[in-house]
Amino acid sequence: MIRVLIVDDHRLFRSGVRAELGDSIQVVGEAEDVESAVKAIATLEPDVVLLDVHMPGGGGQEVLRRVLGSGSQVRFLALSVSDAAEDVIGVIRGGARGYVTKNISGRELTDAIRRVADGDAVFSPRLAGFVLDAFASSEAPSIDPELDSLTQREREVLRLIARGYAYKEIAKELFISVKTVETHVSSVLRKLQLSNRHELSRWATARRLV
Amino acid sequence: MADQQTLRETDDAPFPRLTRSMEGRLVGGIAQGLAAQLKLDPIVIRLSFVLLSVVDGVGIAAYAVLWMITPRRQAEGPPPARDWSQLAAFTAIGVALAAFGWITGAAQGGIGMLPFAVGGIGALILWQQADPERRKTWVSGATKGMRKNRVRTLLGVVLVVIGAIGFLVAEGQLQAARPGLLFTAVVVGGIAVIAAPWLAGLSKELQLERRERIRQEERAEVAAMVHDSVLHTLTLIQRVSHDPREVTRLARAQERELRNWLYQPAQDADATLAAAVRRIAAEEEDSHGVPIEVVCVGDTELDPGGRLGAMLNASRQAMVNAAKYSESPVISVYAEVEGEEVTIFVKDRGKGFDLDEVPLDRMGIRESIIGRMERHGGNARVRTEPGEGTEVMLTMKVEK
Repeated sequence: MIRVLIVDDHRLFRSGVRAELGDSIQVVGEAEDVESAVKAIATLEPDVVLLDVHMPGGGGQEVLRRVLGSGSQVRFLALSVSDAAEDVIGVIRGGARGYVTKNISGRELTDAIRRVADGDAVFSPRLAGFVLDAFASSEAPSIDPELDSLTQREREVLRLIARGYAYKEIAKELFISVKTVETHVSSVLRKLQLSNRHELSRWATARRLV
Repeated sequence: MADQQTLRETDDAPFPRLTRSMEGRLVGGIAQGLAAQLKLDPIVIRLSFVLLSVVDGVGIAAYAVLWMITPRRQAEGPPPARDWSQLAAFTAIGVALAAFGWITGAAQGGIGMLPFAVGGIGALILWQQADPERRKTWVSGATKGMRKNRVRTLLGVVLVVIGAIGFLVAEGQLQAARPGLLFTAVVVGGIAVIAAPWLAGLSKELQLERRERIRQEERAEVAAMVHDSVLHTLTLIQRVSHDPREVTRLARAQERELRNWLYQPAQDADATLAAAVRRIAAEEEDSHGVPIEVVCVGDTELDPGGRLGAMLNASRQAMVNAAKYSESPVISVYAEVEGEEVTIFVKDRGKGFDLDEVPLDRMGIRESIIGRMERHGGNARVRTEPGEGTEVMLTMKVEK
């Protein structure tokens, strides 16, 4: 049983998610702002936190900063209506292990939560597109070649995610196991979080102003 | 200040208890509270207190007693600052009046009160202008209000001067020794009373006014946007609530519009490939009521030769097919520009079909997609199987 905390400032949305999640998921609590979220995570110790990006009091990024900054090992799945690059890249670099949009179906959300609970990463098609875009413009000399570019295989996996393929379909398409797909995605997540390519943040910000 | 006060008045019960308002208070908030109670301008109450204090100190005593017995009403938000310029002006008036009274003995009444009264009225007229509420009307009224105000200022100055001269004429012979001192005091006091609060209040008001106007314009823009689109759509949704497909279509269309407004302020409709793909997807989503998720990586200008145009038309046909026949709940579109190669994928998770069994006269796939792409030097592949969904892959080379 995966224990989940829902953090969102819209009550309607929280109850909607609660109703949609499968039987294998136990919702242990809800929080509606940064303060109550930080407190609930400390007391309830959930496996996965469903984190809204936009909230009063600093938003999802502030929750990530305070909880992960204190050394907690809890895993975050960002859930948002916004698909602005700035927000998406922002929460992932803040430490979330996945990003999905709120129009995701209940079954897909359950899958995503299970994946995050297992320590894997979850990318929405749009997030995959952002990553491909951000890492494509790599003309500047990179400081750490391992972190600052994607392998051919990672690119293929991301492209399939962007095309709307599920992990299982990707595995079939590339003749690899689902576990290997998960490994590739986790590796991309690590690069996204750790790469100090200054373009990444700049890219996300500029993207908004296009 | 005064507008908050009027708001409170209407909010309160018909016979509210006298309270000391923390908002807009100068000393203890007594005048403000009394004014609210009696539905008068607080200026009137304040001037009355000042006059009463000068005449024989009654004002000060009354104010002190009221201060002690009146409960305080806490303001919401941060504690409001006192308007020091107003307080200084009232003090100046009080001191000037007291000085007059002391020097001339006019407080005891008699003919000496007459110039005193004239000067007082002049000061009152000027004072009215120093009240932020009055000035708000002429600041927004621009030049017309300004001219009107100039007349009033002139009138005020003239009355003060007449009062001062009248005083000197009436008293000058008796008090031959003091006119120099008196004259200086009158002029300095008069100028201070006239100019200081007026200038200070003016600049403060102008700033507030400008900020408020910007805020109101922004709010008006958002309100117009919400009204024209969101409220309209919500009404439509209520009217077609029996038709889930139509509800979805309306909601999606509204969501898209709102997103564009929020996150993509200025995108030229058809200048680039990504913009064109997004537009086409939006149009087909609109006419078929099936959500189409678009992801674009890289971008390029549309070519004058029309090869990308043909590709876009083929992608539109693929979206139409998926929306009409696949019964998929959602369609994924992925467009990528990498170097000279442009690729567009249109994928659904619907029922799929057997490509060999598609009748020859079905123009959708053979002509509008495959044929069109090949005629323009591109390539189209369709991958499908019954029950497995369909994916159409379009590729085209463009010279950069």
